[in-house]
Amino acid sequence: MKQWIKSGAPWVWLTAGAVSISLIMVIGLLLMIAVRGLGHFWPADVVSFQYERSPGEVVRIIGEIHDEEVVDAQRVREAGSPHIPEHLTEVTRYLVKVGNREITGLDFRWLVSPLVKERNEPQDLIAVERYEWGNFYGFLHSVKENGTLVADGEQAYDELQKRVERALTLRDNIHNIEKNEIGSINGQLERLRLKEKTLDYNNDNDPAKRAEIASDRQLYEKEYEILQTQLVDLYAAINRDSFMAEVMDGRIVEIKLAKVARVFQPNAMSVMAKMGHYGDKLWEFFTQDPREANTEGGIFPAIFGTVMMVIIMAMLVTPFGVIAAIYLREYATQGPITRVIRIAVNNLAGVPSIVYGVFGLGFFVYFLGGSIDQLFYPETLPNPTFGTPGLLWASVTLALLTVPVVIVATEEGLSRIPSAVREGSLALGATKAETLWRTIIPMASPAIMTGLILAVARAAGEVAPLMLVGVVKLAPSLPVDMVAPFVHLDRKFMHLGFHIYDVGFQSPNVEAARPLVYATALLLVIVIIALNLSAIAIRNRLREKYKSLEH
Amino acid sequence: MSENRSHGVNMSALKRDDQQADQGPEETLLEVDNLKLFYGNKQALNGINMTIPRERVTAFIGPSGCGKSTLLRCFNRMNDLVDGVRIEGEIRLDGNNIYDRNVEVSSLRRQVGMVFQKPNPFPKSIYENVAYGLRIQGINDRRLLDEVVEKSLRGAALWDEVKDRLHENAFGMSGGQQQRLVIARAIAIEPEVLLLDEPASALDPISTLKIEELIYELKSTYTIIIVTHNMQQAARVSDYTAFMYMGDLIELSDTDSLFTNPAKKQTEDYITGRYG
Repeated sequence: MKQWIKSGAPWVWLTAGAVSISLIMVIGLLLMIAVRGLGHFWPADVVSFQYERSPGEVVRIIGEIHDEEVVDAQRVREAGSPHIPEHLTEVTRYLVKVGNREITGLDFRWLVSPLVKERNEPQDLIAVERYEWGNFYGFLHSVKENGTLVADGEQAYDELQKRVERALTLRDNIHNIEKNEIGSINGQLERLRLKEKTLDYNNDNDPAKRAEIASDRQLYEKEYEILQTQLVDLYAAINRDSFMAEVMDGRIVEIKLAKVARVFQPNAMSVMAKMGHYGDKLWEFFTQDPREANTEGGIFPAIFGTVMMVIIMAMLVTPFGVIAAIYLREYATQGPITRVIRIAVNNLAGVPSIVYGVFGLGFFVYFLGGSIDQLFYPETLPNPTFGTPGLLWASVTLALLTVPVVIVATEEGLSRIPSAVREGSLALGATKAETLWRTIIPMASPAIMTGLILAVARAAGEVAPLMLVGVVKLAPSLPVDMVAPFVHLDRKFMHLGFHIYDVGFQSPNVEAARPLVYATALLLVIVIIALNLSAIAIRNRLREKYKSLEH
Repeated sequence: MSENRSHGVNMSALKRDDQQADQGPEETLLEVDNLKLFYGNKQALNGINMTIPRERVTAFIGPSGCGKSTLLRCFNRMNDLVDGVRIEGEIRLDGNNIYDRNVEVSSLRRQVGMVFQKPNPFPKSIYENVAYGLRIQGINDRRLLDEVVEKSLRGAALWDEVKDRLHENAFGMSGGQQQRLVIARAIAIEPEVLLLDEPASALDPISTLKIEELIYELKSTYTIIIVTHNMQQAARVSDYTAFMYMGDLIELSDTDSLFTNPAKKQTEDYITGRYG
């Protein structure tokens, strides 16, 4: 035993154990969010239950089984099901997503297994994803066009699919006109309004300029009229169709196709069809806007906002941090003052991020942004342009938060460059600045990239300060679009980290949204990993290129 | 000085063509006048006086810590980079004090090139290493650069070995090749003086031999000052040898007489291996 301890073997076991535990935890974490998040997109079977709600009263419940758990029978009896057989002490209960929120009021319902009298999965059950009121489950009766019946029975489902297809195309058109064309006209009108206000502001009463503005405005308004009539037609067309379906309590309801995103028969689908459906849903998740208070649809604006913010942050933090590090390492006389500055920089990295958020709000948004508005956008006041939280200020705040990381990493890199290289360059008649530019900074670039990687990793996952300086639950438009000047740094934006918080804790339907929390978390991790891997790839290329004197 | 900066390359090239004759009459290029150097409070050079002739090889020998490298680094003001160094006295290059207030250090270093103990190529291609000094001077004309790179690599006896891989990283070369590359880099900007700080001490015997041959070639065009630990090397390559000890210049004379008939007892003790 003593021999064994002396041999050093326990030390190997201890260290290897620590590594294994870390690895298992990381892999376990990723697996958990992956399984829980990605499972959400698989079309679950819809089950029809015959359920004894109260003694003697059997009702039909239709829905997806979301969860099941074993609970104490007594508790369930007290909670409103006193007719559970006496001999049971424990019962299984199911959480069933019944959908049809506009009819039933609740999305979810608990069913206790001993009270389920019959359970089957009818092939002709349809599930409908809608743009409002969540999912719908029921039996399709007939399809109507302008209130008159066009198909029922066997043909109804195929006819319905065709008409859903048409409605979706129309919907795309409407969306395109409303978002892009009318959006750009609105942008132009706003520009004219500001031009006019500027004239007012400068007491410029040149009639020619005013007339020009007026004629331009008329032009745009005419265009707007045309689009408006197009829209009216499109809305009429999209509202043409509807379908009738029977819900679980036997009522028959009419649903307009204008509100339908997708119709499918989950129980009749083959595995292949389900996989296709899964792919569609996943694609939608990555590329579409969210709907229904973020609990449905995609998260594209959040992905876009996160990446955009991180890129702007990187563009700001890299030059700033590198320049500071160069001064500190190359020019400043090393002494107590530089030591104090270094300690201060390191401590800056430890300041809680929410403090940066408060600082960003107070200094960047209100002071800097407010001043910019006063100086450059006086015509829009009192509406703020930059004096309100937005993408630019969020990026600047995060740049401030991560600048210590870049400074420290760059300094390390600079200090590792052998003095022989500096002397070689100076001996050829280069000045210190030329030596820095042509030799030292390229050689330190891998270290700078390392700093950037760490900064990106920290910034992409940061949420707390962003809530104060620019992130919102739902941004009306992306920070990049086709309206000049194309990149709108003053706009508010969405962020994956905040999206997780919002969907998980602030949504009206937490139970339904929970899988989305996992899926979004997985995506956030993937985005950060992707950003990091690309930075690491760049760093490795630089390392290869500037292999240092090591022989 | 500023005129030299822009036209330095062409003018000195012309000058050299006139002085092609190998061992012409001797003239003094560098004069060291009562040079004292202090590292903080410690004095490293105690009032050195010497003259160094043009287009000859002068070797500095002496035991470790005698100040020979320190003295060498005074000729291109490399010691300016060391914190807490104080220098008194003068070094005159062509009669002008290089420690004068008005002297621009970077143009001095273009006149006085230096090669260090360990090869220190930049992490760039072979071509870019040689072109570095010219690019610093703002010369980016491709034809001129090609010409200078080839001429310098030929001058450093490296052209035939590397002409097919000019654009590969310089770190792929052997140590001896790297050291010759560094010499090529130094002569690309056509300095008047070449300072060699133990240029062969990190190399194998064959590479050392090549460097020595190269020094012999170069002395027709450049004034060379070499610091070496190796007395045989000093005897082989130099025309003049200076023996230094504890910050003092003990003896400076032509190499033959210093090694065969030293004037000072200390010199004799050193070259016969009694200490050092």
